[in-house]
Amino acid sequence: MTELRLYMAQRITALIMAPLVIGHIAVMIYAIQGGLSAAEILSRTQGSLGWAAFYGLFVLAVSVHAAIGLRTVAAEWLGMRGGVLNGSALAVCVGLIWLGGAAVWGVTFGGPA
Amino acid sequence: MSQETMDVSVWRGDASGGAYQQFDVPKEDSQTILDVVAWIQQCEDPTLSYRFACRVGMCGSCAMIVNGTPRWTCRTHVNKVLEDGRLTIAPLRNLPVIKDLAANMDPFFDKWVAAEGVFHGNATRDEDVAAIDPASAQRQEADKGIECINCAVCYAACDTVTNNPDFLGPAALNRAWTLYNDAKDCEKSSILDAAVGKGGCLSCHSIGGCSVYCPNELTPMDSIAGLKRAAATRWWRGE
Repeated sequence: MTELRLYMAQRITALIMAPLVIGHIAVMIYAIQGGLSAAEILSRTQGSLGWAAFYGLFVLAVSVHAAIGLRTVAAEWLGMRGGVLNGSALAVCVGLIWLGGAAVWGVTFGGPA
Repeated sequence: MSQETMDVSVWRGDASGGAYQQFDVPKEDSQTILDVVAWIQQCEDPTLSYRFACRVGMCGSCAMIVNGTPRWTCRTHVNKVLEDGRLTIAPLRNLPVIKDLAANMDPFFDKWVAAEGVFHGNATRDEDVAAIDPASAQRQEADKGIECINCAVCYAACDTVTNNPDFLGPAALNRAWTLYNDAKDCEKSSILDAAVGKGGCLSCHSIGGCSVYCPNELTPMDSIAGLKRAAATRWWRGE
């Protein structure tokens, strides 16, 4: 049943990411078209729990989704199995949450760039 | 006028290895790949090993890799696959070789059993035969997959089988899906348990080689997608 849980987790995180990706791309296009500076972007994100929740959820979904996908790649292409396979996938997931979480924390609670 | 010939390379060897051997084979009208192999065995080298039975696309015995593509050789005309007067014939991919063109089908059929691709009945001879409505959606779904002849062309075409030896393969999962949709099968739950287990339908990457190369034009990829949907539905319902 572990495989089914991972399969469902990957599909559910894909469903979560779909609108977030569209939102993210829309924000990027808006930011570039409007000619926003880094300082102007930060002034909008700092202290904004809305943006923190948007990108925080994005980071969590990406981390779970990508780790499960890479776990399959590692099993098929590198021949990993068992604890090594699951441990590596978990490390990828935690690493992505760490990197993404630090970025979200930075733009929400950090000081000026 | 001398008869036109073809340059045919046939894989010779066993599980420990081998190489291609070249033969010049006379070209005939309406000649099949199986005819070519039979001619070599009868006229050139009686030690050539290969497998066939019905010669009419019913038994699924004679599948081989022809010019890089898995095919049922008894119903593949030479004219359709000849490339610059050349043919390359090899045993089925993704299976161990017994000798020459005869692949060992044991893993293929073992996986049918592992996928619960066996009928689970519970009626006795004292009961009436269950009435099946051929127009019902469930029966039509089963009918889409039941013409499988177990030739293993899909199994040889599947890159997921190549990369993941645990994967049960398209034919076994297609069979499981037809039984899942068979009103007379009484162990749907076991079928789904196997389908989501080790090497089951969740391992499929929907590459689609199975459905491209199936000589009976079945779509095992759709059957596997059906198993995935059924498994996901059961998961949502917490059953």
